[in-house]
Amino acid sequence: MGPQHPATHGVLRLVLELEGEVILNLEPVIGYLHTGFEKEMETRTYHQNIVFPPRIEYLATFIEEQAYVLAVEKLLGITAPKRAEVIRLILAELSRIASHLVYLGTAAIDLNVTSLLMYCFRDREEILDIFEMVSGQRMMHGYFRIGGLQWDLPQGFAERVQRFLDDFPRRLDEYETLLTDNLIWRKRTEGVAVLSAEDAIRYGCTGPVLRGSGVSYDVRKAFPYGGYADYEFDVPVGSNGDAFDRYRVRMDEMRQSRRIILQALRGLPEGPILVDDRKVALPPRRELVRSMEAVIHQFKLVSEGIHPPAGEVYASVESPRGEKGYYIVSDGSNRPVRVRVRSASFNNLQALPVMLRRGTVADVVVAIASIDIVLGDVDR
Amino acid sequence: MTRPEDVLVQRLGEAVVEQVRFRDDLTLIVPREHMLRALEIAGSTGFRLLTDLTAVDRHPAQPRFDVIYVLTSVEQHARIRFMVHLAADQTMPSATSLWPGANWLEREVFDLFGIRFDGHPDLRRILMPDDWEGHPLRKDYPLVEEPVEFKGHTPKVPSEIIPKSKPKLL
Repeated sequence: MGPQHPATHGVLRLVLELEGEVILNLEPVIGYLHTGFEKEMETRTYHQNIVFPPRIEYLATFIEEQAYVLAVEKLLGITAPKRAEVIRLILAELSRIASHLVYLGTAAIDLNVTSLLMYCFRDREEILDIFEMVSGQRMMHGYFRIGGLQWDLPQGFAERVQRFLDDFPRRLDEYETLLTDNLIWRKRTEGVAVLSAEDAIRYGCTGPVLRGSGVSYDVRKAFPYGGYADYEFDVPVGSNGDAFDRYRVRMDEMRQSRRIILQALRGLPEGPILVDDRKVALPPRRELVRSMEAVIHQFKLVSEGIHPPAGEVYASVESPRGEKGYYIVSDGSNRPVRVRVRSASFNNLQALPVMLRRGTVADVVVAIASIDIVLGDVDR
Repeated sequence: MTRPEDVLVQRLGEAVVEQVRFRDDLTLIVPREHMLRALEIAGSTGFRLLTDLTAVDRHPAQPRFDVIYVLTSVEQHARIRFMVHLAADQTMPSATSLWPGANWLEREVFDLFGIRFDGHPDLRRILMPDDWEGHPLRKDYPLVEEPVEFKGHTPKVPSEIIPKSKPKLL
């Protein structure tokens, strides 16, 4: 099956050994989208590397950028100003909703609920419009900076997000009535692609796959980063570990994301959006005409880049697919020695053969959709 | 309250040759021969999730490789990192007997670094094509531009746009 198959959500090949309709053996073959991001990142400065993360996991672009800049900030031992942190968090949660909408649409179309894909992409398009409004790009933003943001929010941002969120629960309920009470959807997902909590942990699964199996592990709660500790939200958990539970977990997560964004919008503080550290962030434009020192800093940052202290850090965030970690090794120069991208999809995909033990060919499609892989993330 | 990391360090005892703490991350450096046992103890101490397994090439420094394990305790919300120094000709014991999920991670390290894992059930390339030569993430594996047929084109390696600076001493 694959590598070019509409149900594999990317370029994935599956070698299936069958007995009639029943799967005896299954082996995912990956690497078709391997582009050597980790190697590339070793050859560029920390700041240049911001372009890569959103290209790795292209459905949750802001979360990727957040993961990378947080890792570099941890290496530097700095934190972004509060306003920048909250803006990042809002955009990250919008990314999560956008990503889950793609899951919902594609999972539905795999089971021939074609209209839902259009609805989901319509909503996602609204989010992407907001992203474009903020960063100028729908997907590959490059908007986050080490130590803050590129520029402040545009006028009318809060109203636009608010308008989207006001209408969102109604739409989500509508989609749920299309699926949750749909006999075919339930028959095709309930008890299908079951993964026990024990197996999920043994295979290193995270995200909705792990939570669908009943383990309440969410990086936002377990290792709060980027200001998540300040907000109230629940971590939805399933119990049976089947495709239906993963679907329920993601639906609830979208509602929780909305809840977080609403709180964040209400408490969005005023203030700077970039750290006031001249060894990390460019000096403001107006200083350049007055201060020789600012010009030197500007020149050094542009021509050489940031020099973090030698050391190694692992920082992770909760991406829509699970724990997304960046492990960065620095030797004190302007380029990382090693950037390791811990991808959630890679581990989740590894558990696919376990989910489909003695399953049928038709379930393969459901199982792949339910782990919601991004092949760019698997292959990096 | 004793933290799970401290409990683990105590239980590991002599197996840990060095503890490195940087930005609140605790890294335990363990000799190669104790690694599997250390992982087993960590697993039974609550660090049940093998979050990541990767390597770093320190070429030309010796020992050349570091193999890194990131373990998470999903119940106690703790994280720990193990590091093993490995010479270029040494192999690592495979962790697949403890975590089946280590399978792909070790294949990836083998594929990109050429580090072999003893006892791995199926050590093949995973990301690169099967007939690929070399291990791309090694430092002596150059990143070059593919040759093109145009005349008058000088290949530009991205790493030369902003040259690498010497590490700054703080």
